[in-house]
Amino acid sequence: MNRNENTEMQLRNFVNTIYEAIKNEDIPEVRIKSRTRDNIVLDNIYGVWKYGEQEVRRTARKMDGAEFIAKSLYTINFILDMLKESKSSTLREMYYISEGWKDFKFSSQDESNVLSEDMEVLTQLMREDFHLRPEENGASIIGNVTIEEKNRKNEFKRINCRDDVGDAGYNIPYNVEAEKVHLISHDADMIVALETGGMFDRLVENKFDEDFRSILVHLKGQPARSTRRMLKRMNEELGLPVYIFTDGDPWSFRIYASVAYGAIKTAHISHWLAVPTAEFVGISASDILNYDLPTDKLNDRDIAALNSELQDPRFQNEFWKSEIETMLKINQKAEQQALAKYGLNFVTDTYLPEKLNLKR
Amino acid sequence: MQEKRKSQEFKQISISEFFEKNRHILGFDSLQRALFIMVKEAVDNSLDACEEHGILPGLVVRMSKISNDVYEMSVLDNGPGIERTQVPKAFGQLLYGSRFHVMRQTRGQQGLGITASILYGQITTGEFSHITTKRPVDDVAYHFELGLDVKNNVANIKTEEPVIWKEEHGTEVKIRAKGKYITGRQSIQEYLKEVAVVNPNAKITFIDPDGSSTVFERSIEEPSKQSKPVKPHPYGLEVGELLSLSTESQSRNLKELFVENFSRISANTAVEILNKANVDVEKRPSELERIEAEKIIQSISEVKLMPPSAESLSPISEQFIRVGMLSVYGDERPGFYGRPISGAVRIHKGNPFSVEIGMVYGGELPSDQPARIIRYANKVPLLFQAGSCAITEAISETDWRQYGMEQKQGKGVPYGPAIILVHVFGPKIPYVSESKEAIAPVSEIVEEIKSVLKSEMRQLRRFNNRIERNKKMGEKFRLVSKIIPEIARKSSEILKLEIPDYRRTISKIANVVFVREEVENKDGKKSITSVINYTDEDVSFNLKIVFPFKELDLKIENLNSAQSFTHEENIDQVKGAYTGAEYFVTGINPVLVQGAEELPADWNLKGVEVNEQE
Repeated sequence: MNRNENTEMQLRNFVNTIYEAIKNEDIPEVRIKSRTRDNIVLDNIYGVWKYGEQEVRRTARKMDGAEFIAKSLYTINFILDMLKESKSSTLREMYYISEGWKDFKFSSQDESNVLSEDMEVLTQLMREDFHLRPEENGASIIGNVTIEEKNRKNEFKRINCRDDVGDAGYNIPYNVEAEKVHLISHDADMIVALETGGMFDRLVENKFDEDFRSILVHLKGQPARSTRRMLKRMNEELGLPVYIFTDGDPWSFRIYASVAYGAIKTAHISHWLAVPTAEFVGISASDILNYDLPTDKLNDRDIAALNSELQDPRFQNEFWKSEIETMLKINQKAEQQALAKYGLNFVTDTYLPEKLNLKR
Repeated sequence: MQEKRKSQEFKQISISEFFEKNRHILGFDSLQRALFIMVKEAVDNSLDACEEHGILPGLVVRMSKISNDVYEMSVLDNGPGIERTQVPKAFGQLLYGSRFHVMRQTRGQQGLGITASILYGQITTGEFSHITTKRPVDDVAYHFELGLDVKNNVANIKTEEPVIWKEEHGTEVKIRAKGKYITGRQSIQEYLKEVAVVNPNAKITFIDPDGSSTVFERSIEEPSKQSKPVKPHPYGLEVGELLSLSTESQSRNLKELFVENFSRISANTAVEILNKANVDVEKRPSELERIEAEKIIQSISEVKLMPPSAESLSPISEQFIRVGMLSVYGDERPGFYGRPISGAVRIHKGNPFSVEIGMVYGGELPSDQPARIIRYANKVPLLFQAGSCAITEAISETDWRQYGMEQKQGKGVPYGPAIILVHVFGPKIPYVSESKEAIAPVSEIVEEIKSVLKSEMRQLRRFNNRIERNKKMGEKFRLVSKIIPEIARKSSEILKLEIPDYRRTISKIANVVFVREEVENKDGKKSITSVINYTDEDVSFNLKIVFPFKELDLKIENLNSAQSFTHEENIDQVKGAYTGAEYFVTGINPVLVQGAEELPADWNLKGVEVNEQE
């Protein structure tokens, strides 16, 4: 059975449970793992955070449950049509296609995104299996790693991510699975993933990749699935350690958590996406104090986010607790670029070597 | 020496002189208030005059700016007009006298207010006022330019001349006075708006100093019913009043004094009262002693008397309140118009009074702001001193949370999308001050307002419950009539299988008979009632539909599972917002029916009662 056939079977099985329930004069219902912060637990085999055992029941007895089931059926119908015609669509396109579903159209893009994630959880498939893809592209890579990517002519084309690319680097496609991307070889000691484009460009200009034998990955803020999957593959298949270099604020802490521990929204595929050994070399609250960095005051949303992180099971360790509490206490945050206070070379000559040596 | 100085200080002053020095007593205490009071007095007089003569009022109120702080008020009415020789008395003389003998509900202060306005204008601008008036019997109108001779309390007439006037009958008053024109909640415009609410038979045009005009159109062609003057009721009579009455009285003896001056007193009851007080019935009134008067007052309270007649009361009326609120507040598209409710006739200090309450709710009225309370005393809007008014007190002491409105700790003015009209009326309403801007919060009045409020608000609770039920039912209906069939259809389409029979699934979810109403608005307004059986069994029952205009009894027999029955009714005849039919069932367990209630056991009895009264 090929991948498409498997997807089709899984989706039909789901539809069948609904159909059978009505045929047996019962009320259809769907049980789905609860996708909240309170239902993520550490998976000891993979070392990442996944959904626990809590379930929510969506029953057709209630309005919202019945609407969920009906919309799921419309979504599945649409996916099956795409599989048959070898088409794919973006999540946004699907949202607009639902306009034609009248009473069962999505009320927001968010609703359709959440529903497609729910379908993943229910069928244990990935949205790539559904031929759905995100709007945003993965981010970019610069460094001495050679890959092969299948192009539109269905030929694998070899690319060295240092020599064969421009200043913007190699652009990570939305599908980075083996059918699309092969990892061939590398000559590097580590991967440094960066939150902001400014810092990515700074490290490229300062030739950090050559001087410190590293592969630079631009995360573009909260990284897309394909970016995280690429980091995961390079980490596992090439055996390279991953370092995450972010700003120093609560949102950056979450970027690190989603790369290293797994994101709450996609905890069902954390084993597929997360790099549990990834280390944080971003700006910490201690760095703000130790390096005497220029800062901004925390706003109300920042403070709420930090307090929420104190309740987040993924942050329940000594390091994060003390960093989060310190940040709340000093009531300040700082950007990566704040290091430029000490000159353009400070980050590559001093900050990163210090941070990385410390860990090495 | 001291004696002498005292008598000099107490030299007699005329009433107009007194007013000149104490203008705040009648409300002329600020520049903004002055213009407002002037309009209020003129409008009240016009409406009273029209009401007395059964005329549908037509008023044109104009405020013009003369200079920085001087305005001219002009109020033109289509009233009966005033006889020429009466004009100086009506406008140029402050009348004072005990109105103890007149027991009648009116808006105005019997000439006191408008004369005060003329005096105020004269004091502040030095200018006289212009009065033009014409009766239908007169060929010409008479124009006066007059003011007040303050020392002698008589009119000071500058000119009096006949003029040709285009109006058939009516009176126009023009007064120039110092003042400040404002807009907002306590403005002339707001006052006229609230006047329009309770006078839907009046057409009121207002032209503001910028020249822009607002017209409150007449929405009902029916003159207001006027109150009848009645004699005072002896309950609430005070010793001093009785003594002064007895000195002024022309009656031959005390028995006659009571029969002639009071209502509800026959010769027999007068004798009973006087005997009980041990006072000679034949005694001359002028010889009545204070101690005897006290005894009489005491015995009045012990003798059973018929309560005061309601004839002296002039309600706005249920119909006027409904039509008035509809036409003035209709733009806010309220979802619910409460049926106006009036209480019984109550007595405060021997004086009859009553309370009427109306309400509109929902629609585009703001739900995050305090409810608007519009207060009226004797059909006159009260815009000031809300804090010390009986109406405000009654509202604050009512727990509004039980009616689905917000209220902090169950006290104070409630929050919610409501306009509540409260009207207290009677020949002698106690006011907080002479300017009559707030009703004194005496317990009889406050309690009566609270009690009528309760009845009015019960309607709102029923309405809100019905909305809530309909909403829930609408959702459930959509669930079983649309979504479940669609789930069955779509899943079988995907699987390329036959559509399964989903009726059992639906009856497991709903297991009720739905009764629902939809309003259709093509080729006339129609109410469509659907009865759908979502239970497993056949059902039979009786359905009573209560439309605002009629009742309908339907027999529903052997309605099969998953079958439906519909009934259409033309509702074009419903004026204003149609708030829906009410449904009642008998002959079925009411738990099995959604959208209808069990018919109250006393339904038919109520009908009998009504018939007996007719």
